Amino acid sequence: MSSLIKIEEMSVSFATPRGDLKAVRDVSFELAVGESLGVVGESGSGKTVLSRAIMGLLPGTATRTGNIYYRDKLISELPQKEVRDLWGTGMAMIFQDPMTALNPVRRIGDQLTESLTVRLGMSKSDAKNRAIELLERVRIPDPKSMLRKFPYQLSGGMRQRIMIAIAVSCRPKMLFADEPTTALDVTVQAQVLELLSELREEFNMGMILVTHDLGVVAGHTDKIAVMYAGDVVEFAPTRSLFSNMKMPYTEALLKSIPRLETPTGTRLPVIEGRLPDPTKNEPGCPFANRCPYVSDKCRAEKPPLKDFGNGHLYRCWFPIGGEK
Amino acid sequence: MAGSGKAHMRPDGDRILEVNDLTVEFKVGRGKIVKAVSGVSFDLIRGETLAIVGESGCGKSTLGKAILQLPKPTSGSVNFLSKELTEMNKHDLREMRPAMQMIFQDPVSSLDPRLPVSEVLAEPLRVWNRGNEVEISEKIDELLRAANLDPAVVRDRRSYEFSGGQCQRISIARALALDPTMIICDEPVSALDVSVQAQILNLLQDMKDRYGLTLIFISHDLAVVKAVSTRVMVMYLGKVCEVANPDDLYLRTRHHYTKALVGSVPVPDPDRKISAGLIQGEPPSPLNPPSGCRFRTRCPAATEQCANEEPQLREVAVGHFVACHHPLEA
Repeated sequence: MSSLIKIEEMSVSFATPRGDLKAVRDVSFELAVGESLGVVGESGSGKTVLSRAIMGLLPGTATRTGNIYYRDKLISELPQKEVRDLWGTGMAMIFQDPMTALNPVRRIGDQLTESLTVRLGMSKSDAKNRAIELLERVRIPDPKSMLRKFPYQLSGGMRQRIMIAIAVSCRPKMLFADEPTTALDVTVQAQVLELLSELREEFNMGMILVTHDLGVVAGHTDKIAVMYAGDVVEFAPTRSLFSNMKMPYTEALLKSIPRLETPTGTRLPVIEGRLPDPTKNEPGCPFANRCPYVSDKCRAEKPPLKDFGNGHLYRCWFPIGGEK
Repeated sequence: MAGSGKAHMRPDGDRILEVNDLTVEFKVGRGKIVKAVSGVSFDLIRGETLAIVGESGCGKSTLGKAILQLPKPTSGSVNFLSKELTEMNKHDLREMRPAMQMIFQDPVSSLDPRLPVSEVLAEPLRVWNRGNEVEISEKIDELLRAANLDPAVVRDRRSYEFSGGQCQRISIARALALDPTMIICDEPVSALDVSVQAQILNLLQDMKDRYGLTLIFISHDLAVVKAVSTRVMVMYLGKVCEVANPDDLYLRTRHHYTKALVGSVPVPDPDRKISAGLIQGEPPSPLNPPSGCRFRTRCPAATEQCANEEPQLREVAVGHFVACHHPLEA
């Protein structure tokens, strides 16, 4: 399969008064056309910065190093203007909070047709017809009247469907979805995730789905990257990750999810402690002070990313189930 | 669903709260009325945790606030510790407030960013004259330690210096300051990461045991509710659908709406896709709710009867109540 996105040793740091804050550390991976990747981690793990860095949406205080290829073309060195040309038609993004991502004073129709007229050079009436098709596609009832509405008139689920319609309007090859369902109810979350999977198949679109919930990515991605303190600590095909978990952090994350099967009144397993200070560069494994299996070696030396086979990578001296 | 009825009430229990036919309506102009809560009845027995579950807009938060008379409900009665809150004047109601506290969804915005943590906790104690400054200071340390925070570290910091999880711990400590009988927790963990969620849920359990609290736990996530509650009430569009203990509700679901909620919970297992097919779309507008059973427009089992006749809550198994004309087989 041909390559859609390829990242080589990408790092992102932010200049802060307390020193450089390393948000993403030497991350490398490749995604083929049509493939989907789930990026999972706690707040502050660097998962949002990772997807924004690939798309070129970092603030001025950020420094990015490493190479980013989009369909075998090196885009990390391109001037901002040329990266912009990829937005919409090549890469598009859905944000967590659909209320703040939509413009509150413009009608849905204007926001939806903007990229169609600007990017694809459609006439106003063609763009309007295409917008109605798009709204039907994301299952908005009565799409014609929707064009006249403002974002505040819609529920969170409806707004997120609009965001999705805007993001896929120019048929991007790559969709970044940054916590697209975190602000939604479970019933609507299930609908939105299913819609994303359908659209992905229909347009043969690659996707990076960023979330803190392993349950959300389990049924909707081909691969999963687990991030911790800016590092990718485990990277595996989705099935392999769940059936053969190597990283103690992934295991802890999985165990802390409340489940319906859990008998009432049982104490939930928690991950004690907090992420290390991202402005400090302490030796050893960043998860060491929270890890139940920690030993002296973990505190002394940071483990490298090792390959278990089948593209299952992990960053641990003492992986669950042992090394290969 | 969308039922009324009182079959689930427990007049023989040691009830600290009894809510009857509670209705909350908001005027939204041009003669339109939002029916947020319509004729809901339930009771709360000392020491239990009642979870109120439903989608956004089902009226669960409005119900929680209406119990505290924030604002006063449109009609119905709220009897707390054998006193009728809806008929109380401002002064008497204020006297009741220490016994009923609330924890809010957004832990950061519910704390005053200008006050150090010690002041956040001292304020209720001073207002209610709970001891001199030394006693108050000791009480603050005790509360912080109970919430697993180190008083020496956190006392002088302000809310913006803390993570969401820590802010929620402070909110919990504040809610406990006046030794309440009942705490209403309005989505206390939905703004938090999964890993932090578990910590806060465990803390709430500890506090409940330690201080003998009775909790109302409002949430849209059945999996979260399952872990902490002793009784669950499922709401839809201002009405009650199903009432049961959490195990019965999950293992022997009787209401079609509850089934959809259960099926929508994301499961961390690649072989078990969450099923979106159970119900489609979103709830209808509470400005103009459907006739009869309010869930009928999205229900796979709806019949003509559902449009004409509102289902009443009835007992289908011991302690398991459902408001549906065509309930699922157990």
